[in-house]
Amino acid sequence: MSLLELRNVSKIYGSLRALDHVNIKVEKGEWLAIMGPSGSGKSTMMNIIGALDKATEGEILLDGVDIAKKSASALTDIRRDKIGLIFQQFHLVSYLTAVENVMLAQYYHSVPDEKEALEALDRVGLADRARHYPSQLSGGEQQRVCVARALINYPEIILADEPTGNLDEANEEIVVELFRRLHEDGTTLVVVTHNPEVAEVAQRTIVLRNGRVDHETINPGFTGKIKHITLQ
Amino acid sequence: MAKKRQMYFRMITASLLRRRSRMVIALLAISIGAMILSGLVTIYIDVPRQMGAQFRSYGANMILTAAGDSISQEDVDAAADLIGPSDLVGLAPYRYETVRVNDRPVMAAATDMEGARKTSPFWRVDGDWPAASGEIMIGKNVARTYNLKVGKRMTCTFAPETEEAAAGGTGEEEVVMDNYKDFTVTGILDTGGNEEDYVYMLLPDMEELTGEPTLYDICELSVSAASGNLSAYADRITESVPAIHARLVKRVTESETTVLTKLQALVLLVTVVVLALTMICVATTMTAVVAERRREIGLRKALGASNASIVAEFMGEGLVLGAAGGLLGALLGFMFAQAVSMNVFNSSITLMPWLLPVTMAASVLVTGLACLIPIRSATDVDPALVLKGE
Repeated sequence: MSLLELRNVSKIYGSLRALDHVNIKVEKGEWLAIMGPSGSGKSTMMNIIGALDKATEGEILLDGVDIAKKSASALTDIRRDKIGLIFQQFHLVSYLTAVENVMLAQYYHSVPDEKEALEALDRVGLADRARHYPSQLSGGEQQRVCVARALINYPEIILADEPTGNLDEANEEIVVELFRRLHEDGTTLVVVTHNPEVAEVAQRTIVLRNGRVDHETINPGFTGKIKHITLQ
Repeated sequence: MAKKRQMYFRMITASLLRRRSRMVIALLAISIGAMILSGLVTIYIDVPRQMGAQFRSYGANMILTAAGDSISQEDVDAAADLIGPSDLVGLAPYRYETVRVNDRPVMAAATDMEGARKTSPFWRVDGDWPAASGEIMIGKNVARTYNLKVGKRMTCTFAPETEEAAAGGTGEEEVVMDNYKDFTVTGILDTGGNEEDYVYMLLPDMEELTGEPTLYDICELSVSAASGNLSAYADRITESVPAIHARLVKRVTESETTVLTKLQALVLLVTVVVLALTMICVATTMTAVVAERRREIGLRKALGASNASIVAEFMGEGLVLGAAGGLLGALLGFMFAQAVSMNVFNSSITLMPWLLPVTMAASVLVTGLACLIPIRSATDVDPALVLKGE
């Protein structure tokens, strides 16, 4: 049984079909990249998979349970218990330190544990920056705090929306390396990206166009390591 | 659970301290509201006492009359004991007799001058009040009639009645000499009332002039008490001292009650208006806070925060602000009430410690109510829209 399965999922805004009968399966422990041009439905799909939004029609099976018709309160529980979210804009709480931002996810999930949060920051190489506020961290460091926050509750799936969109090359590599390590640890990853270099390191890539799955490719030489393309 | 509570307070404290500029505005609004509330409540409670003292310048507000022929000193003392020294501002027993000055009748009143000064503080005396035997104060009309001035001497004559004379005696008439006493005019009384037709002497002088022991006709009292308490005192005196019938001077007590009621109603109205304005100000500030933090609320909801958690966090911030503003406002309110009291009544106000927790509780309540609508809008934030940057 797949960890995540979308069956004929559509999202309609007025006359616009942002998603049009999409069918996707994500296996447990898989690293999937979703690509597509602007307006192809990537973010809409991300919101629906992340239980942040509801599909207009279709089924969304997460761990065998259809979450498509769940109430807002039930979706909140699903986000809290099963999903880790990473955003392009990082979305850290400005008045909390790095470790407190990580503990925030614990606070809503179960019980905040500072030691565990510090260990998570250590995993992303930020143990020494734990007491810094977001404004005192670089973009790459903020995204690593965001990764630590996403993984702190051991979610079944981590969804990353353009995780390297605001990062320079060096920080992009660091974040992709973190994803590789998470994948090695058995974490299921769904990464939405514009960047072909980031998509290439995933096991499989789905390309969306006009709200539909245009095609999908398997990365035969999957290593989880980024290869920079030199522009001619 | 303790760790969760610890994190909750850590978040609230961080939010309040790290976002000071916005929170200082809310804190100021609450503090000013609490200050006015605390100050006005202090004045509201203290005003009857303050005004009571002021109203005593209107003169006596209770009159004791004799249920029988006259009132004795023991009866007066018993009545005074029933009121107690804290509320009894002044007491002046009066004995009236008709005396003759230059063979013409004049009403003479004998009283305790110190007491009369307190029960009739509005009397204007040109010269001095009688202080020693042989000194007399005369009304303005008496002074005009007899062309008397301060320092002049006058003689008062008293004709005692004999039993035969009183009965219209037909037998051989007993020759009775008139009593007389010489006085020095020390003051001329100007009240604009009947008092100007009287002469006022000390009680021992009246006793000497009449040759009869002192018994009083009436006794005037100035009592510092609210209208209800005053009536209770009057009833108690009438019940407990059979020789006395106590009644209130309605003209004075009613005007006191009217002024106090209107003043207290005004204070109450201002308090309610200030509380409403505080609530509006806090609600506006909290609405701005929620609007500013829509992304953060969206993030929290995306991380799995329930609506109850969002409410608890924002309400927690509001209530901490309310308590802090209440504490600050209560202290400032005492200073405010003190300044008002010193300027208006020229006396200091009594510190009421219980007002501190009451003000804090009221501030917390007002802030809590003011937060309801903004917090409701916080729970409506859609995490998906916020995280897309809309």
